[in-house]
Amino acid sequence: MKAPDLFTSAGMGPGDRAWTVADVTRRARQLVEDGFTRLWVRGEVTGFKAYRSGHWYFTLRDKQAQVRCVMWRGDNQGHQAPAEGTQVYVEAQPTVWDEKGEFRLTVRQLIPTDATGAWQLKFEQARAALERDGLLDPARKRPLPPFPSRLAVVTSAEGAALRDIVSVLRRRWPAVEVLLVPARVQGEGAEGDLLQALARVNRLPNVDVVIVGRGGGSREDLWVFNAERVARAVAAQGAPTISAVGHETDVTLTDLVADHRAPTPSAAAEAAVPDRAAVSQAVASLARRLGHGLARRTELGRERLERTGDRLEAAIRGHLDDRAGRLARLAAGLDALSPLKVLHRGYAVARDQAGGVLKRVAQFAPGTPFRLTVSDGDVQARAGPGA
Amino acid sequence: MSQPSFKEELERLEAIVRALEQDDLDLDRALGLFEEGVTRLKTARELLQQSELTVKKVLEAADGTLRTSRTDL
Repeated sequence: MKAPDLFTSAGMGPGDRAWTVADVTRRARQLVEDGFTRLWVRGEVTGFKAYRSGHWYFTLRDKQAQVRCVMWRGDNQGHQAPAEGTQVYVEAQPTVWDEKGEFRLTVRQLIPTDATGAWQLKFEQARAALERDGLLDPARKRPLPPFPSRLAVVTSAEGAALRDIVSVLRRRWPAVEVLLVPARVQGEGAEGDLLQALARVNRLPNVDVVIVGRGGGSREDLWVFNAERVARAVAAQGAPTISAVGHETDVTLTDLVADHRAPTPSAAAEAAVPDRAAVSQAVASLARRLGHGLARRTELGRERLERTGDRLEAAIRGHLDDRAGRLARLAAGLDALSPLKVLHRGYAVARDQAGGVLKRVAQFAPGTPFRLTVSDGDVQARAGPGA
Repeated sequence: MSQPSFKEELERLEAIVRALEQDDLDLDRALGLFEEGVTRLKTARELLQQSELTVKKVLEAADGTLRTSRTDL
């Protein structure tokens, strides 16, 4: 009976065309990496070794099995090296290490399974879920309006956070209206309260900015701001959000999804509104420029008008002079040509009956009638009988 | 509460001032802009002089509507 042909079934030829070790391990790696997405694995750390390169190597095991793990330097920074025997959760990508033909986990996150670890695991899982939905994308962050007129504040009605916020607003920008949407911010019922309050904010009209938070407290006190549902409700706000969860070291999920993160409620209020003193200065500067602008413009107008007037006058005068001169010249010319001018001086013109000018004595035979033109008219005349 | 948008007010003022600072502006238009600027300055200053912060508490009534009531803090 013929054995199944493993070579051909794997798509390769028989004999000397067998797979190389490198080919088969690479293929195995591809299959493993494609077959698993990143996952959380729980186990006990054993054989931990931190190399000089900064990378960590260890084995994770439980009662039935074990798997080699590597955590690269870039991923283990900020993590505390786990002690031998520690129960941990690791977030890891299964893979095959070609060089040793070894199945192993590339660990990205390592969290102890004690109470703190359990919280952190929940946090990381929620963070991953938010990230998957694009809610942590920096491109989602909206800018805060420069001059808000209505602020919604989600916090405890009794806490110091509200007092701090109100006091900063009163000092910096009292022209804002504050809508307090009260919610318990720690302990039993806090998550439900916050969800309800955030839903109410979304129903309020014309809200420009939402501040959500509380004053400082222990990690447990602030934990509600790590609830995935609270983070999602913050992300779903219609107006830009500022998170103000008073904790200096830890970042909460609410901080991560909010458009802006403030370290304290006071800082949130400062971020939410402009500073009245600075804005007053800017307005005063605009007022000055407005005044100067008009003054300069009218001054400019006056100068221009004067210049225009001068030019106009000069032009008209030139024009008139020109006309007058021409007239004078024309008049002079006319005068020179006018016979009247001569007649005025007492001369007269004699013309025969046909109008021809009589210039010589010979033209005046005795008794010849002629017309004499003097300065104011004609006179009929007749030549006498000779001198 | 229909406050004029302070941002728009300031932006318009900026635009007016910039226009007035241009040399080729018609004098009538310049006077018109100046007058508008003065009105807008007045509005802006009134807003800046507002000194009392309003704080209201939002509560949901039994019928599901949201009510606000002034609160002292």
